[in-house]
Amino acid sequence: MNYVIEMLNIRKEFPGIVANDNITLQVKQGEIHALLGENGAGKSTLMNVLFGLYQPEKGEIKVRGESVKITDPNVANRLGIGMVHQHFMLVDKFTVTENIILGSEPIKKGTVDIKKAEKEVERLSELYGLRVDPKARIRDISVGMQQRVEILKTLYRGAEILIFDEPTAVLTPQEIKELIEIMRALIREGKSIILITHKLKEIMQVCDRCTVIRKGEGIGTVDVADTNPNELASLMVGREVTFSTEKQPAQPKDVTLAIQDLNVKDARQVDMVKSLNLEVKAGEIVGLAGVDGNGQSELIEAITGLRKADSGDIRLNGKSITNLTPRKVTEAGISHIPQDRHRFGLVLDFPIGENMVLQTYHHEPFSKKGVLRYKEIYQKAKSLIEEYDVRTPSVYTKARALSGGNQQKAIIGREVDRSPDLIIAAQPTRGLDVGAIEFIHKKLIEERDKGRAVLLLSFELDEIMNLSDRIAVMFDGSIVAEVKPEETTEQELGLLMAGSKQQKAGGQ
Amino acid sequence: MFSNRLVNILIPTISVFLGLLVGAFIMLGFGYNPLTGYLSLWEGAFGDSYFFGETLRQVTPYILSGLAVAFAFRTGLFNIGVEGQVIMGWLASVWVGLAIDAPMIIHLPLVIIAAALAGAAWGFLPGLLKAKLGVHEVIVTIMMNYIALYTSNALVRNIISDGQDRTDRIPETASLTSEWLAALTQYSRLHYGLLIALFAAAIMWFILNQTTRGYELRSVGFNQDASRYAGMNVGRNIILSMVISGAFAGLAGAMEGIGTFGYQSVKGGFTNIGFDGIAVALLGGNAAIGVVLAALLFGTLKVGALNMPTGAGVPTELVDIVIAMIIFFVASSYMIRWFLLKMKKEGK
Ligand SMILES: Nc1ncnc2c1ncn2[C@@H]1O[C@H](COP(=O)(O)OP(=O)(O)OP(=O)(O)O)[C@@H](O)[C@H]1O
Ligand SMILES: [Mg+2]
Repeated sequence: MNYVIEMLNIRKEFPGIVANDNITLQVKQGEIHALLGENGAGKSTLMNVLFGLYQPEKGEIKVRGESVKITDPNVANRLGIGMVHQHFMLVDKFTVTENIILGSEPIKKGTVDIKKAEKEVERLSELYGLRVDPKARIRDISVGMQQRVEILKTLYRGAEILIFDEPTAVLTPQEIKELIEIMRALIREGKSIILITHKLKEIMQVCDRCTVIRKGEGIGTVDVADTNPNELASLMVGREVTFSTEKQPAQPKDVTLAIQDLNVKDARQVDMVKSLNLEVKAGEIVGLAGVDGNGQSELIEAITGLRKADSGDIRLNGKSITNLTPRKVTEAGISHIPQDRHRFGLVLDFPIGENMVLQTYHHEPFSKKGVLRYKEIYQKAKSLIEEYDVRTPSVYTKARALSGGNQQKAIIGREVDRSPDLIIAAQPTRGLDVGAIEFIHKKLIEERDKGRAVLLLSFELDEIMNLSDRIAVMFDGSIVAEVKPEETTEQELGLLMAGSKQQKAGGQ
Repeated sequence: MFSNRLVNILIPTISVFLGLLVGAFIMLGFGYNPLTGYLSLWEGAFGDSYFFGETLRQVTPYILSGLAVAFAFRTGLFNIGVEGQVIMGWLASVWVGLAIDAPMIIHLPLVIIAAALAGAAWGFLPGLLKAKLGVHEVIVTIMMNYIALYTSNALVRNIISDGQDRTDRIPETASLTSEWLAALTQYSRLHYGLLIALFAAAIMWFILNQTTRGYELRSVGFNQDASRYAGMNVGRNIILSMVISGAFAGLAGAMEGIGTFGYQSVKGGFTNIGFDGIAVALLGGNAAIGVVLAALLFGTLKVGALNMPTGAGVPTELVDIVIAMIIFFVASSYMIRWFLLKMKKEGK
């Protein structure tokens, strides 16, 4: 059999945990091979082993039939292995081209030949349909384009085998479509791809075969043509998974969050939220649907006090919270699961335990008279980690060492546990496996039924349709329509989100 | 093979060792015997109780200036201004010591507090500019160093004395000198300040690791966005960090002002206590205990060096080179870490 990559019986340990145990992964030339497993199952670890970032304790790696030792990423590059990481590794202040050539710059007379590099970047981007602006700076471009830069980085180094670690978790549906086209173009040019994703639909759509790992152990490899999402899910979790969450009709009560005529500018002083009106009642989940960049982030930042509102009024339980500090907003009864978990959600260099009291450290019992009480802090952390099934060697492990999905579960646990009146959940299930998504959805509905108001921001229409009791569509800074999930279709939502159809201006 | 904690201890140890090794080669290169050189350095630092007393005296301000740099660093700030804060603390301690007449029980604490406040004020301004206007603290603190130096000189010459190069000696009631400690060490200049420095190290550890305030300071140091999200006031923490850092630096100045010398003089240049504090903090890994140990090393080298010309004929400049070597190897500890990790991998 013609395998380009063979990882045989790989074992990788971290202090206190076996991340990979006897895993075998064989990738055929020219296929898209899915790697599926729960959060913390060890997918990223396995790929980091293949990319030379970690050395396995046991096992053998073969590239094109030859046994190799991949001691660092340079060796991987030379073997034609490239990786697009779960969390991007780009230099913010550099241009697209500079980032791509970093570490293997073309040299002419002792200086970097930037012209030649730009040409090469353009050639590659045309060949694979990877639209980028070679001269733009990373901090000015969208997440989707940053990802294309990461892909170009690997191609520029001559990668034949590409590893994608959860590439679609950070993308909008439109960008996902583009990425799938790109992957198909790569295969046409004779490359092979290993794709990590939690979205079974994507596996069914583009992958040829799928290897499943569970809790660090290899479960097996299946042909995608012979399987279905349900089977994949149960292989990976080890039990049946339900896809749509059961819920009773909402019983909305008093208005919890009321926003009137809100205007918010972004850092460049551009109006992002324009005369927006919105209400969320206790006991209901309002889904905020919209294409990324239509002011959703600014809206949420204005509610939570992270960004100044220009004008307008935001009320929580009838009291104005407009332009209060984040601390005051939090204490007024709002929890916030932020969209960018690394930037806002966690202090990555703190132990995960200390991260669990990020907003409450100054309250009893976590501190008394300004002195921390670590015993109480870690006790709380332990109970949250158990309740939300956060998989970590211990509460003392740095948040940085947790798998992406487990970091997310930790944040959700912390935010829901504060029993707020309003939960703002921005992309709460980003990067979570199907089992964890099911669990988080159940939790949010449970909170709703306890009489809490939930504002859900998501770019996944499935999630919006499944979870919301009411959907507010945001376009160009305002709410252009409000619909009930049972009275609409994904098509209609799509049209509303594109702004091509106006139902009624403003909220109620 | 090595645990993380072990690596953290190994790195500075290896750095120091490599520095000494390179220093030995340099001595050899210039035709001096490194063995007698290092032996007389050791003699000069620990040879008898007088030398030992002097070493501890030198360690005292180093601990405090090291703590000052380390404290700011833990909040993500690079306080290059410790030098200026030391000078202001020194000046304030002597000035208040001379200006007031009071029994020791009031006078001494007052003088020490004045020094801390002066250093704190000198740290406050860069902190404020950083927090409110985003001006980088490194640039401001460098400027503040010069302002401190020349302000102090002008005040000493024109206000505190009548055109003299130094102030009068402070009265006994404002002094840290200790008859008892001096007698114990053959009349070295060792003074009670060492206790203050050790106490300050404990305070730093306590603030950073045991209080909610320290939790905020560390959090801001690691991730400002998440700290803001969590409801912390980032600006206030930046200012506070600079103020506390400045207070430590001011105390370092007091150690010289009312401990070692008893007066302030017109200075031709910087004291270097603040700048050496950067190296001390770096070597000590920005932790309280580490800073105390690193200060011990620096004090030893500084004082022991004085004995090298007489003991082994080696010029003191060479000791400065050795110290520079050690700092060099600490600063490039990345190299050593990389090497250790590689050994760790292969050792498995
Ligand atoms: N550097 C590290 N140090 C210690 N433990 C680690 C480290 N990296 C990963 N782990 C642990 O190894 C396990 C596997 O993590 P990994 O990141 O491979 O999971 P994953 O399958 O990619 O999960 P996700 O879908 O959430 O990204 C986790 O329990 C994680 O906590
Ligand atoms: Mg992962």
